[in-house]
Amino acid sequence: MATSYYPGCTLKTKARNLEVAALESASVLGLELVELPRWNCCGAVYSLADDNLLNLLAPVRVLIRALEQGNDKLVTICSMCYNTLARANRMMREDLEKRHTINGFMDEEPDYAGEIQVVHYLDFLRDELGWAELRKRVTNPLQGLKVAPYYGCTLTRPYEISLDPRPEAPTIMSDFLEALGATPTDFPHSTTCCGSYQVLADPQSALASAENVLGSAISSSADILALSCPLCEYNLGLRQRDLPTDIPTIFFSQLLAMALGLGADLCHFELNQVNTRKLLRERDFPLP
Amino acid sequence: MKKLTINDSTTSWQLADKIREISGENINTCMQCGTCSAVCPMFQQSGSPPRLVMALAQLGLEDQLADQRIYKVCASCLYCGVRCPRGIDVPRVMEALRQITLRQNIDMIHPAQIPEADMRELPTIALVAAFRKLTA
Repeated sequence: MATSYYPGCTLKTKARNLEVAALESASVLGLELVELPRWNCCGAVYSLADDNLLNLLAPVRVLIRALEQGNDKLVTICSMCYNTLARANRMMREDLEKRHTINGFMDEEPDYAGEIQVVHYLDFLRDELGWAELRKRVTNPLQGLKVAPYYGCTLTRPYEISLDPRPEAPTIMSDFLEALGATPTDFPHSTTCCGSYQVLADPQSALASAENVLGSAISSSADILALSCPLCEYNLGLRQRDLPTDIPTIFFSQLLAMALGLGADLCHFELNQVNTRKLLRERDFPLP
Repeated sequence: MKKLTINDSTTSWQLADKIREISGENINTCMQCGTCSAVCPMFQQSGSPPRLVMALAQLGLEDQLADQRIYKVCASCLYCGVRCPRGIDVPRVMEALRQITLRQNIDMIHPAQIPEADMRELPTIALVAAFRKLTA
């Protein structure tokens, strides 16, 4: 059965490497993802102000579009979209007063009460396919590649929307990497913030936080850092040029596509850091 | 350490009420254990501890709160909120403080000052998130 898919704005532009590799892999694995025919920006961040419902209209509109497709699940790949949509969905399901106000305000839209389940690609893979089955489907195991799994803030916090039932010490990304034949190297700062959007307002503080994460990943003797968020990729990847650290970064979907033996051109490695391409070349992974 | 004066002229109970209203959190239950400061990734660089902000907020010390940077550099990573032993959603308190500034039409980030090269390479979500969180 086809499942609805919400890409979000960044996956169509700066993070094509995250999207294309994920969608091609899903298709090879027999998981049919159908992009919503109409969608808007999710707003990227969830409003924490109790009296601000306006910022919730964008994500709720996306959830209504998904409901119209008749599926009970909506898959996201970007961590920030996952977090915003899952929290907006939870609010619509649980807060009757806010739900009533929002439904009343958007009178041109059908009423919504949190019927859809918002899932991230990783838990979709775990629940629909399972790690044992994924392991069987891997044709090019990533043997000898030590990968540090990075969750950031958005996949595990708040705990109510965590992908992993143990948000304090998540293993979903490690389990995924193990299924691909890679060696996960857990590190203490795998759920510490990368600095997020503060890289615009206060780059010094944001990059200090990024350096903390990168240093911790390097101490775990990882070859490469696996991510699922385009903003983490910017702070921890591209902006490493401003930091003393030097560790390649890669999206989890690119590792999946590599392990499934998909063409390297699908992974759009040209959008990754130079040192990522260098590492993959050294390890004899095919590059276009 | 700067001397704190707490009396009717320095304390704004309206401010403390406003923080409670926007955040939906009962800031008075904070017992100053400092767990929020311990886990905050922005504390060291900013030199502004979330614990202090909680104490200043309880007392409605407007001028001292305005001097604090932590709620401006907070990235809403929610670490303090999930760790607080009193169950206070501290990121909501930081959001309330930001909102109180933004609702006076004071921006915390000015799009025109972002270098053009950064604008070209920043992912869209970074721009949307920053403008949503930090502009009026």
